[in-house]
Amino acid sequence: MIEVKDLHKSFGDAHILKGISTTFEKGKTSLVIGQSGSGKTVFLKCLLGLFHPEKGTISYDGKIYSELSRDQKRELRAEMGMVFQGSALFDSMTIAQNVMFPLRMFTKQSKSEMMDRVDFVLKRVNLADAHNKMPSEASGGMQKRVAIARAIVNKPKYLFCDEPNSGLDPKTATVIDNLIQEITDEYNITTVINSHDMNSVMEIGEKIVFLKDGYKAWEGSNETIFKTDNEAVTNFVYSSELFKKVRQMYIEERQ
Amino acid sequence: MTYLHNIGTYFLMIKEMFRKPTKWSVMKSLIFKDVDDLIMGSLGIVAFISFFVGGVVTIQTALNISNPLIPKYLVGFATRQSVILEFAPTFISIIMAGKVGSFITSSIGTMRVTEQIDALEVMGINTINYLVFPKFVAMMLYPFVISIAMFLGILGGMAACIYGGFSTLEDYITGVQMDFIPFHITYAFIKTFVFAFLLATIPSYYGYYMKGGALEVGKASTTSFVWTSVMIILLNYILTQLMLS
Repeated sequence: MIEVKDLHKSFGDAHILKGISTTFEKGKTSLVIGQSGSGKTVFLKCLLGLFHPEKGTISYDGKIYSELSRDQKRELRAEMGMVFQGSALFDSMTIAQNVMFPLRMFTKQSKSEMMDRVDFVLKRVNLADAHNKMPSEASGGMQKRVAIARAIVNKPKYLFCDEPNSGLDPKTATVIDNLIQEITDEYNITTVINSHDMNSVMEIGEKIVFLKDGYKAWEGSNETIFKTDNEAVTNFVYSSELFKKVRQMYIEERQ
Repeated sequence: MTYLHNIGTYFLMIKEMFRKPTKWSVMKSLIFKDVDDLIMGSLGIVAFISFFVGGVVTIQTALNISNPLIPKYLVGFATRQSVILEFAPTFISIIMAGKVGSFITSSIGTMRVTEQIDALEVMGINTINYLVFPKFVAMMLYPFVISIAMFLGILGGMAACIYGGFSTLEDYITGVQMDFIPFHITYAFIKTFVFAFLLATIPSYYGYYMKGGALEVGKASTTSFVWTSVMIILLNYILTQLMLS
């Protein structure tokens, strides 16, 4: 479980995060949504320890990140998996080498044990035949799946995804969403996803945190988001005609 | 203030480079890769430039000796001194600042832009050690490149001298061997080690701490070349003053 309390982050005069408090539970897929510039990426990077907040605490299963020593922080980070927006695969390595990388760095497994694990996770993300391809030879969807495979290969406790669907067609985006949710359930990990994608919100948002101008404007789930009257949320989520109709249908169905 | 900040950050990076080392089995492959990219990949251009610049030094020296009282073997002597003392360690290092330096800055800078460094950081890896230390170790083989540059520079001078008809082979070899001071080689290699350190770390600093996108990677490469060259020239002066004067 990740617990965030009164998180503040500024860059110079720009106050980006203004006292965010929330909890991300184990075994659940949580989504952080909001308009561009609302502070989602900064929030995620604070969770990952890439940015240091000026005020507030983030605790991982009771361990407060800012109170850990440098080595303890590195140990904690080894328990995190991250899927970056642009996949961030290492261009000089093949897909199998990319996936094997965390194992080479943090385990004492033999090469055959590592290969078995790589085969397993690549099969899990439906890329059983892609071992020797270079990242540049893979499509956007494949790269995302490799990034997911790399993130889960070392059995992380926490999985973070920054806009995992950006630049993907709707069908591939759904595949990626389902894959992340299945993995979260399967490994019982804490998953936090930054997203703009309303399909993801509806499909896998077991918990949703809505950020607006650096504040937490709303918190709920994909069930309660249909019912909320919060103006900021409805303006954002139901900005398209399609989703307005979906909401209307949902309400009518419930009545 | 910005300069002071940059200098401070540079020295902190150097300190961090030696902290929390990456697992040896991984580090070993990174070092071999960097030896291949930075050292082996530079041999061709260094050999080509050294051979022909050695030839040019010889031709120009020979053409400027018009007094018949000056012995012909002076051409070989002048070529040896120019190549060993300045051309091989300093001139080649400036060229390497362009070739190797921009490669280091752009490769690390691209990793920064594409979030690959963030990915390493998230995994709990000491990214400065992972990225910069192998380059530093690989560049410790740089004196090997400079030895080749010295040899080929003198060889190029010999070829130009004989085929240009400026002096005989015997005269040239006599000049090359005349008044040889072994300390000059020591001086040249001390300079080379210092320049190797600069060539590995200054471009890494500009790549690692760059901000922005593809355009900034290009700008960082240019800035790294400028500052590496400036530092090489400056330290060349200081070391020469300290060791030879």
